[in-house]
Amino acid sequence: MQVCMENDQDNIINDITSGEYKYGFYTDIETEKIPKGLNEDVIRLISKKKGEPDWLLEFRLKSFRHWLTMKMPGWANLKIPEIDYQDIIYYAAPKQKPAPESIDDIDPELKKTFDRLGIPLEEQKRLSGVAVDAVMDSVSVKTTFRETLAELGIIFCSFSEAVREYPDLVKRYLGTVVPHTDNFFAALNSAVFSDGSFCYIPKGVRCPMELSTYFRINAANTGQFERTLLVADEESYVSYLEGCTAPMRDENQLHAAIVEIIAEKNAEVKYSTVQNWYPGDREGRGGIFNFVTKRGICRGDNSKISWTQVETGSAITWKYPSCILRGDNSIGEFYSVAVTNNHQQADTGTKMIHIGKNTRSTIVSKGISAGHGQNSYRGLVKVLKNASSSRNFSQCDSLLLGDKCGAHTFPYLEVDNQSAIVEHEATTSKIGEDQIFYCNQRGISTEDAIALIVNGYAREVINKLPMEFAVEAQKLLQISLEGSVG
Amino acid sequence: MLSIKNLEAGINGKMILKGISLEVKAGEIHAIMGPNGSGKSTLAAVLAGRDTVEIRGGSVTYMGNDLLQMAPEDRSKEGIFLGFQYPIEIPGVSMVNFMKTAVNEHRKHKGLPQLSASDFLKLMREKKEMVEIDSKLANRSVNEGFSGGEKKKNEIFQMAMLEPKLAILDETDSGLDIDALRIVANGVNRLRRPDNSSIVITHYQRLLDYIVPDVVHVLYDGRIVKTAGKELALELEEKGYDWIRKEVDNQN
Ligand SMILES: Nc1ncnc2c1ncn2[C@@H]1O[C@H](COP(=O)(O)OP(=O)(O)OP(=O)(O)O)[C@@H](O)[C@H]1O
Ligand SMILES: [Mg+2]
Repeated sequence: MQVCMENDQDNIINDITSGEYKYGFYTDIETEKIPKGLNEDVIRLISKKKGEPDWLLEFRLKSFRHWLTMKMPGWANLKIPEIDYQDIIYYAAPKQKPAPESIDDIDPELKKTFDRLGIPLEEQKRLSGVAVDAVMDSVSVKTTFRETLAELGIIFCSFSEAVREYPDLVKRYLGTVVPHTDNFFAALNSAVFSDGSFCYIPKGVRCPMELSTYFRINAANTGQFERTLLVADEESYVSYLEGCTAPMRDENQLHAAIVEIIAEKNAEVKYSTVQNWYPGDREGRGGIFNFVTKRGICRGDNSKISWTQVETGSAITWKYPSCILRGDNSIGEFYSVAVTNNHQQADTGTKMIHIGKNTRSTIVSKGISAGHGQNSYRGLVKVLKNASSSRNFSQCDSLLLGDKCGAHTFPYLEVDNQSAIVEHEATTSKIGEDQIFYCNQRGISTEDAIALIVNGYAREVINKLPMEFAVEAQKLLQISLEGSVG
Repeated sequence: MLSIKNLEAGINGKMILKGISLEVKAGEIHAIMGPNGSGKSTLAAVLAGRDTVEIRGGSVTYMGNDLLQMAPEDRSKEGIFLGFQYPIEIPGVSMVNFMKTAVNEHRKHKGLPQLSASDFLKLMREKKEMVEIDSKLANRSVNEGFSGGEKKKNEIFQMAMLEPKLAILDETDSGLDIDALRIVANGVNRLRRPDNSSIVITHYQRLLDYIVPDVVHVLYDGRIVKTAGKELALELEEKGYDWIRKEVDNQN
């Protein structure tokens, strides 16, 4: 295993020849779009297109009305240009047969698109052991391995299908972790969300394969508002991964998603993200605004939720995957690598809310800034009164490449229990010219030297990713930093 | 192999090398001695291609090529190795990954296929034994937390891995215990072949008991002021640099 990883690392280093964004193509496919703008009629239209039950329409409208009373949050260390919410298309779907029965019913252009992204929709072509829900713009195109998983009682399907086929489950959990009133973007998402993934792991089942959702923005002038709801019932286990890409465009596009995770007693959920939305060009034109609310609740005792994220894309990232540790002895983890190069900005981190006794959380955040990139870690560790003997360990490191970029950390701490132990460590380092020269002197080019150092720096987090994706993530790190020095 | 002519170089506008000429033929070992601050490391840096040193004049030819035009990594791949006076720490990068990248870059340059993981580890083990370096060191990050002596030994280990044509060792003997000194010397001697050369920068003649130089130079205030056989090292050890200083002053 070890040996094979190392070989891959070599290949990666050799593979990298250009720093272009590789996923910037656009698929010319007939797309159904609704007119720009946002009002109750638009919401009714989305709901109708999806054939939703009344309760869901009510949820949307309630969210929309609440959203109207809210303002965009201004506390993040980000410069966000004015967003005209009436200038966005809230629903865009590649035209295809309503519910493709088999792979042959899927438009070949769509298949080709996902092939190009390295996400073949044919099950036999997939990495065995990974099931995918492929989402393009506002709809899910195909979910693989559904039947295989169904044999174990695992539900893995698009959100829309879940609403149709498992309305009770959806109704029971929707909005219980991220309420529609939670924040500006969460309220917006709750009003207009179009699709996403739904996953339910029944009691006592260890999901035998990686589940993953691949989000693709294709259409112009649209926003993507998807929702993921993941429920791990008692004694179950699942590892889940999401990936995202978008075409290169000069204008910004909005992506405001919600992820809710529920872990019942003794359940464990590993949620990994490799975020590679189009970051904009070297001058900072274009790119995705990635404003995402992700939260998990460890409801049952001894449950565990682990977030791992590798964030290389997006013009602006605003994202704080969090854990509410309600069950006694429950565990929350957050492992993050966030890269900002050129003019990218990221304000990301986590919240660990300790409610249950003897709860533990670990935060490892590795920021990498290059070019004019601005990278902020923002984290809250909150220990409530009854969370006795709870523990948190936080490690927030920043790595700077060059002197025009910035790194900032904003750790917040609220501890209401005397027996809690909270530790915080932070470091800032720079890739030194003498380190690069030392590598050069051994025959290693400056680009490869940076790759070596960055991979070494991020390894602790990358190692938390499922094997198949660790290599991919490492490659991404390198590509996204190319041309940042010299 | 290496021909330096009237080399002038400085750092931050300050002149440090004030016209150096030096000829190293294949198979030779040259020792460079000289008081602190005389420019020995600066000379080594110029040869390795450090761009913080500004070249003001002169030329350097290495195996028929204009060395000063070559990128540092190409110089390395063409066989120049610098054992750093102060080896650099690279946290998070394991020695294994570091060396594997380096060795494979060298192989690529020579048109050889990449080493398989197992062949590489075998090579590593072999060289580790040769330089008697603690196995555990090779599993750690590059030089991170190594003691002074361990860092120096690690330089020799890297040299053994890369098998250079021209090794420039900048005070690799400083801070070494007697055993380590012998190991370092053995490393250099093993590399000694009719087509390889070394430049050994040192303050101590005891190293030259193990590595017997063909020529000893004294670098003083940016100039080579004396060149002689190995007996010059003994004389320096005995008398210090004062008499050199006087000689130079008299000449001026
Ligand atoms: N970055 C720098 N800025 C200014 N002066 C420098 C710089 N680097 C080196 N020097 C100066 O250049 C001169 C030569 O330094 P160098 O390191 O080459 O000496 P050395 O002969 O190797 O000395 P030692 O025996 O102490 O290692 C010294 O006076 C030193 O202070
Ligand atoms: Mg020196």
